[in-house]
Amino acid sequence: MSINAIEVEDLTVAYKEKPVLWDIDLTVPEGVLMAIVGPNGAGKTTLIKAILNLVNTAAGQVKIYGKSSSDQRRLVGYVPQRGSVDWDFPTSVKDVVMMGRYGALGWIKRPGKKEQDLAIQALDKVGMSQFADRQISQLSGGQQQRVFLARALVQDAQIYLMDEPFQGVDATTERAIVSLLQELRASGKTVVVVHHDLQTVPEYFDWTTLLNVRLIASGPVKEVFTEDNLRLTYGGRVSFLKQNNGNGISDLDQKTG
Amino acid sequence: MEVSALINDLFFDYTLRTVALGSAVLGIVSGALGSYAVLRKQSLLGDAMSHAALPGIAIAFLLTGSKQSLILILGAAIAGWIGTLFVMSIVRSTRIKFDSALGLVLSVFFGFGLVLLTIIQKRPDATQAGLDKFLFGQAAALLERDVITMGVLGAIAILTMMVFWKEFKLLSFDADFGATLGFPMRLLDILLTTLIVLAIVLGLQTVGVVLMSAMVVAPAAAARQWTDRLGTMVLLSSIFGAIAGIVGALLSSSIDRLPTGPTIVLCISVIVILSLFFAPARGLFWNWLRERKNRGRLHVEAVLEGLYSLALSHENLEHPHSVAVLRLIGSGKGGVEKSLRKLEEQGLVKSTNTDEWALTNAGINQVRKLAKNREGNN
Repeated sequence: MSINAIEVEDLTVAYKEKPVLWDIDLTVPEGVLMAIVGPNGAGKTTLIKAILNLVNTAAGQVKIYGKSSSDQRRLVGYVPQRGSVDWDFPTSVKDVVMMGRYGALGWIKRPGKKEQDLAIQALDKVGMSQFADRQISQLSGGQQQRVFLARALVQDAQIYLMDEPFQGVDATTERAIVSLLQELRASGKTVVVVHHDLQTVPEYFDWTTLLNVRLIASGPVKEVFTEDNLRLTYGGRVSFLKQNNGNGISDLDQKTG
Repeated sequence: MEVSALINDLFFDYTLRTVALGSAVLGIVSGALGSYAVLRKQSLLGDAMSHAALPGIAIAFLLTGSKQSLILILGAAIAGWIGTLFVMSIVRSTRIKFDSALGLVLSVFFGFGLVLLTIIQKRPDATQAGLDKFLFGQAAALLERDVITMGVLGAIAILTMMVFWKEFKLLSFDADFGATLGFPMRLLDILLTTLIVLAIVLGLQTVGVVLMSAMVVAPAAAARQWTDRLGTMVLLSSIFGAIAGIVGALLSSSIDRLPTGPTIVLCISVIVILSLFFAPARGLFWNWLRERKNRGRLHVEAVLEGLYSLALSHENLEHPHSVAVLRLIGSGKGGVEKSLRKLEEQGLVKSTNTDEWALTNAGINQVRKLAKNREGNN
């Protein structure tokens, strides 16, 4: 674990004078499955977008395997929030998944047989291959999420950045996604996930970053995911939080989530 | 008689042939690129673009004194582009929202264009005649060289769209994801917007600035009803645009004093209305039929289950009950007898008395199967 997949230095992002991320220094070692947690408005999504070079930064830099992120795009796969696209767009599941190959295809070239096969394979991994020709507007929320995951899988990246992949999916899908994420980690990939459910952090992840505009703490879940750090992250609202009290944590989650 | 004469003229009459060709080009190009405007939720931007084009036409004429369509189209395109740019930068740098910015740019540009047009018309020489046709369009004024200009520019627009098909699809569906793949999405956005501006200004002479945005929105909205594939949608949209363009332009050139723009828009409206109601999967008419059928089926099932729940309190599940009780269970809604008769046809219930009904064995099995299915769905 000596190699760093992602290095963020002095990162500051502001939307119209209001800082969203303030002086973030973050190192993500290769091969971890990391949760980014924090209250609403903490800048979790912005952090992911800044790593992907999707937002203008006021200061700081991001390095992917030691190089600037715009040189390393092939190495990074992205799963945006499900709600960020129009699911009534006239296209099929397979077509959406094939978009993950567009970067490797380059300009103008159209996806062909090879891309189709890769798309079907990826859909198979998320248990959606029988939906390949389905129109995307006919999918449930959990199925939409799986399609987005499959699209990231065909990117065949080293690092995966996912924005709330568990949002609005049922328990079965959540379990399927978790085992997929753990499979990715087992094959040496680095996975970074914006996560809302504090209760499941120790169970699903081995690394975590606590964020509230500033970076509160980052490291192995066992060391970092402590009551003190959570209180720092979520503010006074966690006075009743007890580390071993599952109900307390889930109450907190409902309040902040 | 008249129709065959019209078709004859279509091929051999210079004016009609020019008009039909020009309108077809305009319909194809605006239909194809309008699909993207609609899918990217930029329908209203087309309206602002076309209105904003008016001062461009006037200024191009004032500067060059020429009424050549290429020059006027160029002026229109530049003004339309500047209008779009204004909308975008107003939204980005102020607190004014998109719809207000559109309204602002549209009315300011259009007002300025009308002022210029009035000034031009007051000039003593006669060269200005016909410029006011750009308001509502005048297909009959099309010349062969106008149509050639339109055809060449339209072909360039369509070809560019086809070359960057994959990239434009990515831009329209998920621009952020496209950016993470390394495509310059802002550049693609500018390119696609330019093509949409081009599609709009091509039609201005025929349809006019006031109604041109309809030719961008309506064919695409109609086509979306019929298909779930982007390629088919673009193709259908072009065909709808072409049909509306040709029919509308021919009607307005064969009937005196009928402005072309409104006539074409009426034609495309008919296509839109038919599509809204009768397109197979999304049509309102079929939805209504399906809903009615479902409601009927649910009502019949409710009666069957009501009978079952009543029978549960008896030793014998085939114990008969009166219609009046069933009516009470069904919260007083009518049609209980009708549903019972339907169930009888299927052999699920039998009438024991004039007014009393009981489940059959098959009926009991059917209720249990329904309950099981319902659990399966949850």
